[in-house]
Amino acid sequence: MSVVNAKIGAKQSLLQKSINAVLLLILAGLLFPVFKWAIIDAQWAGTDRCTGDGACWVFIKLRLMTFMFGFYETEELWRPSLVLALWAIAIATLFRSTYSRGLKILPAVIVLLPLLSWGLLDGRWFGLPHVETTRWGGLLLSLMITLMGLSLAFPLGLLLALGRMSDLPLIKAGSVAFVELWRGVPLIAVLFMSSVMLPLVLPPGTELDKLIRVLVGVALFTSAYLAEVIRAGLRGVPSGQAEAAAALGLMGWQRLFLVVLPQALRSVIPSLVNSFISLFKDTSLVMIVGMFDLLGTVQQANTDPYWLGYSTEGYLFAGLVYWAMCFTLSRFSMKLEQAR
Amino acid sequence: MNKSPAKKWLIQGLFFLVLVAVFAFAGHNVSMQLKVRGISSGFDFLQNQAGFGIAFHLIPYSETSSLGRVFLVGAVNTLFVSIISIVFASVIGLIIALFRMSPLPVLRAIGATYVETLRNIPLLLQFFVWYFAVLRQLPMPLESWRIGKSIYLNIRGLYLPFPEDAAAVWMVIAALIVGLTLGHVARALARGQRVRSGRTPLWNWVPFTLPLLFPVLALLYLRSRVTFTVPYLEGFNYSGGAQIIPELIAAIAALSLYTASFIAEIIRGAVGAVSKHQTEAALALGLKPRQVLVQIIFPQAMGHILPPLTSQYLNLIKNSSLAAAIAFPELVLLFAGTSLNVSGQAVEIMMMTLGFYLVVSLCLSALINLYQARVLRYERR
Amino acid sequence: MKTLGLSLCALATVCVATSVRADTLADVKQRGYLKCGVSQGLPGFSTADKEGHWFGIDVDLCRAIAAAVLGDQSKVKYTPLSAKERFTALQSGEIDVLSRNTSYTLQRDASMGIDFAGVIYYDGQGFMLHKKLGVTSAAQLINASICINLGTTTELNVADFFRSQKIKYKLVTFEKNDEVVAAYDAGRCDVISSDQSGLYADRTKLKHPEDHVVLPEKISKEPLGPAVRHGDNRWGDIVRWTLFTMLEGEELEVGMNTMEAAEKSEKPAVRRIMGAEGELGKNLGLAPDFAKKILSQVGNYGEVFERNLGQSSPLKIDRGLNNLWSKGGLHYAMPFR
Repeated sequence: MSVVNAKIGAKQSLLQKSINAVLLLILAGLLFPVFKWAIIDAQWAGTDRCTGDGACWVFIKLRLMTFMFGFYETEELWRPSLVLALWAIAIATLFRSTYSRGLKILPAVIVLLPLLSWGLLDGRWFGLPHVETTRWGGLLLSLMITLMGLSLAFPLGLLLALGRMSDLPLIKAGSVAFVELWRGVPLIAVLFMSSVMLPLVLPPGTELDKLIRVLVGVALFTSAYLAEVIRAGLRGVPSGQAEAAAALGLMGWQRLFLVVLPQALRSVIPSLVNSFISLFKDTSLVMIVGMFDLLGTVQQANTDPYWLGYSTEGYLFAGLVYWAMCFTLSRFSMKLEQAR
Repeated sequence: MNKSPAKKWLIQGLFFLVLVAVFAFAGHNVSMQLKVRGISSGFDFLQNQAGFGIAFHLIPYSETSSLGRVFLVGAVNTLFVSIISIVFASVIGLIIALFRMSPLPVLRAIGATYVETLRNIPLLLQFFVWYFAVLRQLPMPLESWRIGKSIYLNIRGLYLPFPEDAAAVWMVIAALIVGLTLGHVARALARGQRVRSGRTPLWNWVPFTLPLLFPVLALLYLRSRVTFTVPYLEGFNYSGGAQIIPELIAAIAALSLYTASFIAEIIRGAVGAVSKHQTEAALALGLKPRQVLVQIIFPQAMGHILPPLTSQYLNLIKNSSLAAAIAFPELVLLFAGTSLNVSGQAVEIMMMTLGFYLVVSLCLSALINLYQARVLRYERR
Repeated sequence: MKTLGLSLCALATVCVATSVRADTLADVKQRGYLKCGVSQGLPGFSTADKEGHWFGIDVDLCRAIAAAVLGDQSKVKYTPLSAKERFTALQSGEIDVLSRNTSYTLQRDASMGIDFAGVIYYDGQGFMLHKKLGVTSAAQLINASICINLGTTTELNVADFFRSQKIKYKLVTFEKNDEVVAAYDAGRCDVISSDQSGLYADRTKLKHPEDHVVLPEKISKEPLGPAVRHGDNRWGDIVRWTLFTMLEGEELEVGMNTMEAAEKSEKPAVRRIMGAEGELGKNLGLAPDFAKKILSQVGNYGEVFERNLGQSSPLKIDRGLNNLWSKGGLHYAMPFR
């Protein structure tokens, strides 16, 4: 009805305009108490539990550093800051450089940067004070799991996508089975598996850091989704491209890596950004296996018995941080898609 | 790529060997770990007595039931919360999609805010908000809110009157299914007659009433025969009737509202993809806007909606596992949680849990593929 | 392919692979520190402060083992574990000893690939609820909703208790202990059920601890003790005798505060435990003065109990069953001979 009118671009009637105004008033009436609670009556200053009726932002203020970096040593905070800055620079460079150059830096970024980040945060490789992975936390941990997980998953996803398009039946079946297996199970079960079952699958006595176990789970899970994204890109490349390359005398691998793959990857950049968003949201599940990511630190603060009763503020803060990052990125991905 | 057959077989053979090696390595490690450490293995533990209570179960269960029974209770609870959430998510998604396509700017803004907010916030956080922030505002049992004569709502859940014999509920559900099936058949007959005679048969509206008629008849039949148990205060809490625990309410709210934001976008995208000219042409032929929407736009949009909708439904089923974090007794909490602790058999339990989700995913995909093949056949005709 | 190879190499270097023979003692000595599994936070047993220092009676046992084996109580790496992860962590060699308020039961001892090395705290499961409810006995908890922590013997005991009393109850299960407390505080349940020591610890966290009462009755036996991997008897002996050393220390009144007097003591039993006489340590593969190191660096059981759980701690738990056998309790160290 009205949808139909909108579709053909019909003008608004007077009735519609007045309904619009009334709805606006009702909405404002509903939202005002929220605004009053969150801004007008809110308590911003202090170091102890609040007394008023409004929001208690003191609760957030006191724990801001924990929400950002977890329990990371205060004197060593330059290290996580440096790591985050390096990633920001690397990603900005990737998106700003020309496409072919970007493709050349990519392998370096996804191999070197995770190692460098690990080294800097852990400290032992560079002779810095050792900070155990159990102390990494907050937004830092969420971002690290997302970025390192994606870096590990990307090469595997690429192989799986190629495997799935291969003309060798066994390799194709193997890739399909792998992808469908991981896409058919929930991430939380995968994380449980990597925290309880993985130690039994490895040789007795192999000691895997808990964070690495989680990363392995995340990477396997994500690789299946990345494989499907990349496969869509590969299918989108016209077959004429490969044929033309063959006519020019390029070998199989050359055709793939010099002609087909670059075009496929370029077309899936927006989807890759979307994968980043959904993985970033999904990292919140690691708190269930006992890691303190952004949501984990917020939930821990909310259940701190001395501060019980401020969970709304805590969740609002966490929600805002996640929302701001995901919303910005999804707009960015949309812009990339339109630019094509 | 043109490779010689020998090379092809060589590559595949190598791949196969690597695969076998990996599995053998893992299997060897597991069996060695189990043997060296003296951990029990095998599936005998499923017969062991569970010994713990479960707050919400749809199939008969008691502390003396077996761990295998716990698996079933968890699986049924997972499916139950998923199916209810799928229904809610679809309806809410459709409403939000209509909001987003509305000519009223306020409604459009509400729709857009809904979608952009909910889908950009982690689902687990939304579970927590519903459970730890929203539902905690409910009153204590002694100050329960009473709705109507005998419905009570408090922080421990929603208490409803319920037939003493659960078979009555199954009868109503069965009546609904019979009504839906018969209605579907009758609609096909009506369409056949319309196509053959070129005229809409007089009883064209009848098929649409059947899904409603049968449950109503069942209810009328049952009214005098079934006695209801009504919630009453016993000890610290209400007893009798049906109790809907807050964990279930929070899980359904979080799952359906989150998924609705994705469904709304799918519907909006699909409707948007139907050419504007179709609408204009239909209006020019004198069809009413309602008819245009139902008969022209939606059927065409359906083809674009189904594949992404299926994957949203699958996501929802997988996401229902997050309800473990708010203490709703579904498969992951009951089996990969409590049962794992009681029996200590991590490998078998994780395999069974993953296997359940995998089987459900594959079955649902297969079903939808079948349905889609049929819909597409209609479209081409 | 190259990229994949590189990242695999990277992964491999990050994983530190050490082979576990069935000789944990040699591994620990070679590694230079003890890997100890503790809880994620239970006041009095194991909690970490903001700087990451661990405290509690379970933690002190880890320190005592490190003192006995390595001669330095600080050479411990603590791994916080959830109830669910604890047994696999021990089975797979991620930790050397599990010291995490774990109840000693037949099934765990016999079928989970672990061995218990004694009892550090005799506990029992109880209930905590608000005073204003006026409940004095668990039998009055008709149709109560009960919040508990997932993955413990707690849920089994609650089920047994209410079944035998033929009382209806409702169960709400959480993964983390703090979530249980938060749910109780918000009114999701009437009662918390857990080990009584845990309930006292939880009570200190509430806004008005004096408004809540822990019912005196115990519905189960919960002997909490350290566990080691099944099949490594030497290592099990070391953990067991570390615990006995702490008990024997209290019995002989040898501890951190009485070290000077003990050094000068002429009593044969004291001289033996101080390593001045006999070769007790050698039998275990340890230094002759291993017991002295435990008692001087960590203290005897009485001292450890007092600072973590007793009157000088916020928990203020009475010794009760946890007193020495000679003082009406259950703790009894086997003879040091």
